[in-house]
Amino acid sequence: MKIALNITKTIQDLLLGFMPEGTASILAMVIIALIYLAIFSVAGLMLVLVERKVAAWFQLRIGPNRVGPWGLLQTMADALKLVSKELTGTVKADMFLYNLAPYFVIVSSLMALAVFPFTQEFQAFDINIGIFFLIAISSIGVIGILLGGYASNNKFALIGAMRSGVQTISYELSVGLSLLTMILITGSLQLSEIVEVQKNGWLIVQGHIPAVIAFMIYMIAGTAETNRAPFDMVEAESELGAGFHTEYSGMKFAYFFLAEFINMFIIAAVAATVFFGGWLSPFGITDSIPWLGVFWFLGKTFALVFLMMWFRWTFPRLRVDQLLTLEWKYLLPLNLLNIVLMALIVWLGLTIQL
Amino acid sequence: MERYIFYILAVLLIVSAIAAVSSKKMLRSVIYLLFTLCGIAGIYFLIDYNFLAAIQLTVYAGGIIVLIIFSVILVHHIEMELEVAKLSKKLLVGAACALGLGVFLATIYAHDFKVVENFNTTTTEQIGLKLLSYEAGGFILPFELISVLLLASMIGAIVIAKGKKLVKSEKSNVESIQKNNN
Repeated sequence: MKIALNITKTIQDLLLGFMPEGTASILAMVIIALIYLAIFSVAGLMLVLVERKVAAWFQLRIGPNRVGPWGLLQTMADALKLVSKELTGTVKADMFLYNLAPYFVIVSSLMALAVFPFTQEFQAFDINIGIFFLIAISSIGVIGILLGGYASNNKFALIGAMRSGVQTISYELSVGLSLLTMILITGSLQLSEIVEVQKNGWLIVQGHIPAVIAFMIYMIAGTAETNRAPFDMVEAESELGAGFHTEYSGMKFAYFFLAEFINMFIIAAVAATVFFGGWLSPFGITDSIPWLGVFWFLGKTFALVFLMMWFRWTFPRLRVDQLLTLEWKYLLPLNLLNIVLMALIVWLGLTIQL
Repeated sequence: MERYIFYILAVLLIVSAIAAVSSKKMLRSVIYLLFTLCGIAGIYFLIDYNFLAAIQLTVYAGGIIVLIIFSVILVHHIEMELEVAKLSKKLLVGAACALGLGVFLATIYAHDFKVVENFNTTTTEQIGLKLLSYEAGGFILPFELISVLLLASMIGAIVIAKGKKLVKSEKSNVESIQKNNN
């Protein structure tokens, strides 16, 4: 069974058959972008459904079960409803920035998706600074939240946006440094090479103690960076209404909502790629069938997404000062020590190679 | 195709740079500045300086613009508009800008640029090695200097943030020492 997974090459070759080279490459880019957009808007909706089902499971409820078999089409129906809703806004809002904000958030999260290797060949853009590109893109998303909060001309939205800014700036450091710890082993920022290195054992096994610490720090900081509970100070329903998106309705609200879930997928996918070997199968059991890599990649990612949902429905929300204390007084010093430890282990050759 | 992308980026850069200085709303001009910085990152991507482009996005777009937005949010209400400068001031600034642009363009057109023939991408590894090399052409001295500068600013920030607490604890220490002496 052969499946053409190298999408960029396949589509480009197909188009080259009946048009000049320049047009073909532009058209191929547009087609691939549309494929990714379609896949991930549906995947985002499915993640919303999974979240609701997991929430129901944790709270001994049934969850959505009316629309479609087992309620599978519930979020699709919600999305259709949101598309058809009127776009309301406040009179005294700064309309230009108010309309711009949702696009900042959604575009920055969709841009990050381009670099993930789903299998050895199914990767749209294998840039040589992969991880760093991801960190750079994720630092832009917060601007959308700040803009949305400010331009709404609403006190609660403004407080929510300020909290989000503080939180994202601080936790970005931990995300970056914990990934840097792992890069000490791989020696490359390119995502395909990071996966290649892990053929001798996943990085969390290769790096043992410091890798486990880095993974824990990464998951905590990643949850905080996506503004999810227990770090959802941004929206904190009981304190701020709906936080920075109080004044948004219809599709603009849906963009914020979708971006949150796609960001969760991105955080989990980075963790799966860097710590758990990406598309590699455990012990190489399915090495002979390359396209199964998609299955392993998505399996690992969704296991980590489930972990993040588990956090959300288990822990109570932190206060702002507790949140900042956790980052600046505990995670950051721990992270710096961890980098030194990892450097020592790599230098002395104490990594575990299977 | 690269040429068209360059033109698109150039138009984006120029339009948003002009909008950034001419907008009357403070946060809007910050956002136009952000577009300018992203456009520069786009040009770096276009010439395959991926590392520099990502640095541009992280440091300028992700760091500095967010800090500027913070300070704007803290000091500036959404309904306020910036005042327009006097005509004499406008003329003066315009003349100064024209002079600067003239010098800049004259330098660029006077310089004889060479087209690089065998072009290869700079990897992050090469940048890192160069940054820490202490041989001729290495950048270890500026690197160390910047590290010391950053450390000093970090300590300074902590001292400013904790100012009163530090002084109080010193005073109480001094008092306790004095009591002990007595």
